Amino acid sequence: MSSASRSWHAQAEALLLPAGAMVAALLAFGVFVWFGGNDPVEVWSLLFRGAFGDAFSWQNSLQRAAPLMLTALAVALPARAGLTVIGGEGALVLGALGCAGLPYLVPLPANGLGSLLALAAGALVGGLWVALAGALRQWRGVNETISSLLLAYIAIALFKHFVEGPMRDPASLNKPSTRSLDPGLRIGAIAPDSLLLGDVHWGLVIGLLLCLAAGVWLSFTASGFALRVVGGNARTARLVGLPTDRLILTACALGGGCAGLAGAVEVAAVHNAANASVIAGLGYTGILVSFVARHNPWAIPPVALLFGGFAAAGSLLQRRLGLPDASVLVLQGFAFVFILAAEALRGRLLPLTMPALGKPRLATVAGRAA
Amino acid sequence: MAPEAWIDLMLAIVGGAVRVGTPFLFVSLGECLTEKSGRINLGLEGVLVFSAMAGFGGAYLSGSPWWGVLLAGCSGAALAMLHGLLCSLPRVSDIATGIALMLLGAGLAFYFGKPLIQPQAPQIPSIALGAWSASPSVQSALSVNALFPIGVALAGLLAWGLANTRWGLVVRMAGDSADAARALGYSVNGVRIAATTAGGFIAGLGGACLSLYYPGSWNEGLSSGQGLIAVALVIFARWSPWRCLGAALLFGGAGAIGPALQSVGVGGGYHLFNAMPYALTLAILVATCSPRRAIRGAPMALGMSR
Repeated sequence: MSSASRSWHAQAEALLLPAGAMVAALLAFGVFVWFGGNDPVEVWSLLFRGAFGDAFSWQNSLQRAAPLMLTALAVALPARAGLTVIGGEGALVLGALGCAGLPYLVPLPANGLGSLLALAAGALVGGLWVALAGALRQWRGVNETISSLLLAYIAIALFKHFVEGPMRDPASLNKPSTRSLDPGLRIGAIAPDSLLLGDVHWGLVIGLLLCLAAGVWLSFTASGFALRVVGGNARTARLVGLPTDRLILTACALGGGCAGLAGAVEVAAVHNAANASVIAGLGYTGILVSFVARHNPWAIPPVALLFGGFAAAGSLLQRRLGLPDASVLVLQGFAFVFILAAEALRGRLLPLTMPALGKPRLATVAGRAA
Repeated sequence: MAPEAWIDLMLAIVGGAVRVGTPFLFVSLGECLTEKSGRINLGLEGVLVFSAMAGFGGAYLSGSPWWGVLLAGCSGAALAMLHGLLCSLPRVSDIATGIALMLLGAGLAFYFGKPLIQPQAPQIPSIALGAWSASPSVQSALSVNALFPIGVALAGLLAWGLANTRWGLVVRMAGDSADAARALGYSVNGVRIAATTAGGFIAGLGGACLSLYYPGSWNEGLSSGQGLIAVALVIFARWSPWRCLGAALLFGGAGAIGPALQSVGVGGGYHLFNAMPYALTLAILVATCSPRRAIRGAPMALGMSR
């Protein structure tokens, strides 16, 4: 019974700690804007109205949540294998480039199959890019956090080089872009006529399905379990003969593939071509989403919706109160700091059960042995 | 290219090595001190951006670049102290905190820096080391940021202090064996917080170089990964302040290739040349690191070298 109550407490904590951290971050943000002469209550209410106030803001939030789910998976999957990979932004822009670039290389059928191929190209490029960071760590011992971020900067430079150079559409004068995707290759809205969903595109469904699938993989399959063993204790994993290198590379490649897919979806559903609008920091917000979700794929969609909502509300804060557009970044920074600090409270938040365990159980075990 | 063009190019790269390398120098010295105490502060990228904004704002409001430099250092120290305090909590990873600090530093800098994008601030004066030469290109290549000599002196001071003073010994002990430091009655967390904060102050001076000397203005794209490169440079420099100086100059030179080529009229592949420092950093990490042995000179308690 005591172990059951302990697991109940662990689950309650898993929910309470992130929620408490978010509340603390919102409070701190309120104090922060109060110093700037704004009414915190108004800021909070605008944040939630801009995110979830009406059908339009819901659409906006859902649309922004879709790529965040995928870039969060790019952090969560390697994290479950014990790696802190933060190069999702690089995989995302290369995925966008791959999706926009495939029609340059091979003629694609202008139908669902063509879209699928273009998306797969984006996912493939992104997956290879992040797998490189994993490979460098496994074979050369290079810190994967640093290498993945360096790779992200290199990826952004490559993206700019190709978009402004060899792949530039001569018709794009003010804003260098690649050639627009054929309309048949684009991904449309889920329900264009619906009042509630309107502009929300299929990327949301892709993100939800992949989060679901990643959770199933980690929780219910042998290879997912092996991956968590590798992440939990690499030495144990090696002792029991798990293929550590292969599992880590798989996790990195799948994570990078998700981020690449996010970029491809941004091209195929939102921008229609690869240009500077793709580099919007979605990869960096994805890091935060994954940390708040504690790298649990099933927790990612609601957290992504929350931060997608805050991003959507940013423009409302800008319009109504004249706050800089970076105020959302400040809120994200606060959220990150508090979610890490909350980790220190784990196991102490609900301390009542802990002392009840110890001695009596040991005594019965000893008694049986005697 | 004509021979004169080659000479101009080389001069531009040498001058650029100092100009672009000075921020690298300060950030890598700050990171060196932090890592010697046994913590990694990946957040120096955020510290760099935030202190660049604070330095620019300070110089703009006070009218003196030196107040800006001081403010940049102090704001860097404040942000780094947050890192030090957070990491002292149980179960808080220094890598994750560094990532948080990158986001927070950039967010705060963009928030407060919004009104600073237009104005001009008084700049840090330059020292004309090339006054002996009649050639204007030599003169421009050798006119050096006044903070650069301070950085060189700081590298020397840090190298001497870490090796020869009581404070240096305590910092290195906290980085090599927390148990030994605790056994001698030092607070490991206290030492690490102090070292991280001091490292943040030094890195903040690098931010002032960015916004008050070169490029000499504040905008949101001011630092793109220089702080991170400097963190990686410390591994390459094997935690020696003098080697940090060499590495910073090498990387300054690599970073100056793109603009230097552009100034002599080679424009193609501009973005690729700008990516050179990142690629070079990665190549150096691949060459320096090994999965089997710890790198020589690495503080023993550092997570990165394990």
